[in-house]
Amino acid sequence: MSAGTGAVFQMHGNRFRHNFLTALLLAPATAWLVVFLVLPFIAIAVFSVGERAPEGGYQAAFTLAQYANLPARATAFWNTMVLAPVGALACLLVAYPVAYYLALQAPQRWRLILLALVVIPFWTSLLMRTYAWMYILGGRGIPALLAFAGIEDVRLINTPGAVLLGIVYGYLPLMILPIYVSLERLDRRLLEASADLGATPLSTFLGVTLKLSLPGVMTGFSLVMILLLGEYLIPTLLGGGKVFFIGNALVDLFLQSRNWPFGSAIAITLVLVSVVVLIAANRISTRVSGARRVDLI
Amino acid sequence: MSKSYRDGLPISPENFVDQLMRLKRGSIGRRDFLGLTGLGIATAVMAREIGIMPTPAFAAESLGDRMSIATWPNYHDPQTFENFKKDTGVAVEVNVFGSNEEMLAKLQAGASGWSLFVPTNYTISTYKKLGIIEALEMAKLPNFDGTQEDPRFTSEGTIDGTIYAVPKNWGTTGFAVNTKKLTKPMTSWKEFWDTAMAEGDSRTMVHDYQLTTIGNALKYYGYSFNSLKQDELAKAEELLLKVKPHLFAVSSDYQPGMRAGDAWMTMCWTNDGAQLHRDIPEIAYVLGKEGGEIWTDFYAIPKDAPNKPAGYALLNYLMNPQVAVKEHLANGAPSTDARVNKLLPKEVLDNPILYPAADLLTPLEFGAAATLTDPGRAELMARFKSA
Repeated sequence: MSAGTGAVFQMHGNRFRHNFLTALLLAPATAWLVVFLVLPFIAIAVFSVGERAPEGGYQAAFTLAQYANLPARATAFWNTMVLAPVGALACLLVAYPVAYYLALQAPQRWRLILLALVVIPFWTSLLMRTYAWMYILGGRGIPALLAFAGIEDVRLINTPGAVLLGIVYGYLPLMILPIYVSLERLDRRLLEASADLGATPLSTFLGVTLKLSLPGVMTGFSLVMILLLGEYLIPTLLGGGKVFFIGNALVDLFLQSRNWPFGSAIAITLVLVSVVVLIAANRISTRVSGARRVDLI
Repeated sequence: MSKSYRDGLPISPENFVDQLMRLKRGSIGRRDFLGLTGLGIATAVMAREIGIMPTPAFAAESLGDRMSIATWPNYHDPQTFENFKKDTGVAVEVNVFGSNEEMLAKLQAGASGWSLFVPTNYTISTYKKLGIIEALEMAKLPNFDGTQEDPRFTSEGTIDGTIYAVPKNWGTTGFAVNTKKLTKPMTSWKEFWDTAMAEGDSRTMVHDYQLTTIGNALKYYGYSFNSLKQDELAKAEELLLKVKPHLFAVSSDYQPGMRAGDAWMTMCWTNDGAQLHRDIPEIAYVLGKEGGEIWTDFYAIPKDAPNKPAGYALLNYLMNPQVAVKEHLANGAPSTDARVNKLLPKEVLDNPILYPAADLLTPLEFGAAATLTDPGRAELMARFKSA
């Protein structure tokens, strides 16, 4: 009896220590999230029900006028909702063969070097790399080379194609790496089994390889899509500022017209829309793959 | 980028590195890029950290050993700050900005850390109204001589008889044309917009800045650059939406496009016009005969300046004509100070881009504070950009 009680106390003590230790270990991350995510989010929520001061900035108020004004940026929202999935899809189409080659085809001794080559561009800021594309696509870049070959007056810069190219280039590693990881873990014996059972290479790819790499595909797809929802730099530099995304609208509202409340309302809406889109994407992918739930974030 | 056998050839490695360094120095269009990215500040801070701008080992007592200034890219002779440090022991940290709005946002947030900054004319009344700047103590600025300043450029620094800001230099907003590509001579904003939809189709740039883009669209109909009238703005919007599909870009970073030959015509500020024309003579700078914008950049001292004595000392130093003349030769913008104009070489004073004929200047208007902060114009610009 007394021994039993002692054991119970002992267990409680352990659990308490365990919980305390867990809390202690989580504290830095929690503090980080509270200070840099939760508090700013609350500040933005408060701003979003305020008014623009006459000289710009924020003025305390309680109004839903900013939200009622959201249709004024409907085009920007629409452009973003088209850009994000299309950009992510284009990234995926380029990234999958690369990841496939790296994981399943490349010679072992080259694999590490090739992976490093995928990652190395990240050492330079995206801004610099995008600016470099301005010169490659500009009049003294590829069009000048084409002119040597007799193809005159090609304009590449400030076109939708240039924006898509910039996006695929900029976000490619984020797509390649998760797909690579999921393909790398693939059990090769499954491929042999599939072939032994008479499947064609194509149906093996579709039924085994692709299906088992779907978690990686979804991770890459949502990573790229989340980042694209806030993208503004690439359309500004490679699209000539002619296409207006919600990221551009936010930059203008905070740095040009300094309409902080309206900008805040758009930011809140963007967060909510993103969450809804991502949950929907998650549901769809779970259903399509028929696999276990895939955690996106 | 001088004329050479390489012109028109694909960009060379050296040339590309040049461009990158130019970008790092912050000379790629003042309102667009640096502010958007904070790159200018990052570069300035890094320069200090890695010792390109060392802090002095010992310092003068009353002025402290360092101060910071907020200004525009490529707007000063770097030697000026070196000499100032030699004379006073105060190291100057230079913060480069992309737009007046960003400067205002930073000052409004407080604790900017600047002891001197360079606002444009139409923001000064707003700064005063918000209590961000205070009247200058003129006794501390013996080098400034109000009688030598052209009152046309200095008036907006003075509010109710009190001087809040003193001028740095002035300039205009016109357009630059590559006359080899667009051979028809142009003299007006009407021709600018009409050409953009005809011979200049997909080769024309307008600023990513509502003040000038809407202002110059208003000039098409002869309305005021600063108009806030509903019906006039509606006409300007109609024109802008009609032109939009014909544009090469909506961007204030227009030098790369003009230099590469991708763009043939762009809205343009004086100093960019002078630089483009200097390097590529066929690029001309035109002031619309209907009018348009004239501007002055000023020096002002924030109320919460951490090192006011050094701020005043540097401002007084910059007001010395011998110092100021070097600043003008470096940044290529015209001076407001008759003493400086006397010291400038004849070819600078005779350059019609910097010092246009009087009859072209007469119809120009200064941007107004209300024009910049008007929410209606901001929304119009957003509709134009998202169209």
